[in-house]
Amino acid sequence: MNMVSNKKRIKNLLSFFHSTGMNDFNEKVMKVLLFGCGVFSILITVGIIISLFSEAIAFFARPEVNLFTFFTGTTWRPLSSNIVPENFGVRPLIRGTLMIAIMSGAIAIPLGLGSAIYLSEYASDRVRNIIKPLLEILAGIPTVVYGYFALSFITPLLKTVLEENLGIDVNFFNALSASIVVGVMIIPMVASISEDAMRAVPRSLREGAYALGATKFEVSTKIVVPAALSGIIAAFILGISRAIGETMAVSIAAGSTPRMTMNPLDSVQTMTSFIVQVSFGDAPSGSINGQSIFAVGATLFAMTFIMNIISQTFIKRFREAYD
Amino acid sequence: MEANILPSVKTQNEEIILSTKNASFFYHDKTAVKNVTLNIKKNKITSFIGPSGCGKSTLLRSFNRMNDLIPGASVEGDVYYKDQNLYKSSIDPVKIRQQVGMVFQKPNPFPKSIYENIAFGPKINQFQGNMDELVESCLMKAALWDEVKDKLNESAYALSGGQQQRLCIARALAVFPDVLLMDEPASALDPIATLRIEDLMNDLKEEYTIVVVTHNMQQASRVSDYTAFMSIDRDRIDERIGVLVEYDETIKIFTNPKNKETEDYITGRFG
Repeated sequence: MNMVSNKKRIKNLLSFFHSTGMNDFNEKVMKVLLFGCGVFSILITVGIIISLFSEAIAFFARPEVNLFTFFTGTTWRPLSSNIVPENFGVRPLIRGTLMIAIMSGAIAIPLGLGSAIYLSEYASDRVRNIIKPLLEILAGIPTVVYGYFALSFITPLLKTVLEENLGIDVNFFNALSASIVVGVMIIPMVASISEDAMRAVPRSLREGAYALGATKFEVSTKIVVPAALSGIIAAFILGISRAIGETMAVSIAAGSTPRMTMNPLDSVQTMTSFIVQVSFGDAPSGSINGQSIFAVGATLFAMTFIMNIISQTFIKRFREAYD
Repeated sequence: MEANILPSVKTQNEEIILSTKNASFFYHDKTAVKNVTLNIKKNKITSFIGPSGCGKSTLLRSFNRMNDLIPGASVEGDVYYKDQNLYKSSIDPVKIRQQVGMVFQKPNPFPKSIYENIAFGPKINQFQGNMDELVESCLMKAALWDEVKDKLNESAYALSGGQQQRLCIARALAVFPDVLLMDEPASALDPIATLRIEDLMNDLKEEYTIVVVTHNMQQASRVSDYTAFMSIDRDRIDERIGVLVEYDETIKIFTNPKNKETEDYITGRFG
């Protein structure tokens, strides 16, 4: 009895929603709400870009700095009391950033590609179903934990191996230690995107190669990897661009000494760790220090933005390949 | 069982290149094909016909161990290439596949140039000779040379479906196989391209043994010397177990089949 009346009530309710007038109204409300969600995220992004670039422009408008020495100068001493353009050369920061990005890429690209080949071509479904989630957990570890790991494990290890046994000076804060953890941090991303690209290579291509007497290794490296190459390159670029933008682990492990060095065992400062350093200090807003982080941030934004666009083009090319 | 009928051997000097003895094929626990015994003759075209799901492709793919690539696939009984028992543990399937080549249902050229498609197999097999000559001769044999000789460095994807399939045949020839397995090689092609593939098969049988799976009975009757009719085991129809019903010269299968089921299928009463 109760069931029946419940059913009736639900039926009434449904017919209420389904009555054309109500339906139309709901549709309109939902449309506006969803549109709002979309617009909201776009507005926030636009706001960030505006605030970033307006402060950066204000920085470059100052008489104490100029755009040319900013991009060509080799000394970055923004906190010095001697405020001259020569102290605002961003190249040490860019070099520190690129050094860590390249070294971490040198770690993450081969390991990430290797694990992608393993997962896509060699692993059984069962093994893949265990390893892939594990890899993704690795991607979920907070980056500050990686930084701490670098300081408490990698750096002491480097000191034992290089300094005590080989007599090579290792700075307590050094680019190599930071690069190793950043490299490990971006392996899951490189592996996961590369694996997706490789799995998208049609099975028929693999069979065609096997039927010619190719071994599994030849099929993987000579057919699957080249066929998925644009997706794999996109994974590399996204990984590197993540390394460029990485902040916490690098600030902790590489220190904060802006320096034009090629020695990975020296302390360096990256663009992101400079921003952290100033943000944590008490640089008043509107001061030259406060504004310098926006100039650095805008440069960083431009770098990662360009890299992401390049990787998008690669992904698009890759999508077209088998249509 | 009636399923294991050997073709009547007329001339003793016809050499047998592939054969199975009581071979059964399984995917996990499911029996796909049961108890097949047949001999395939050298430099002839043998076609496998029969309704969908009766295991024609499974049987075909056992001759170069392509079934190994499917997880859960297993074999009982014996499959021979010449005098080698293909499923013996000492056999390297990679070596077998160089001798028993394969052409697939859907053309599957590599996303490389036409030239590189042909050169891929010889390269991985450490071919020492003149690659340009080999590429040319394979494309000639596959009746594709004239159409592509001016664009060898263009992508294979720029070719039409029929051209792509002939490229795949040329590619298979480049590793010097004895046998070509063809799994419905013309089913994705238009009638004109289909005829060209059939002509090509006829030319190729001078040098190669061809085994072809086809759904097209006209095709089987046009191109093949021998025909194997496969079907579902009627006694255990729910399990869909493939069996070999009749195997004989094509002309006999199509004009005077011994088995009622073959006749029904040939005349279009089922399948």
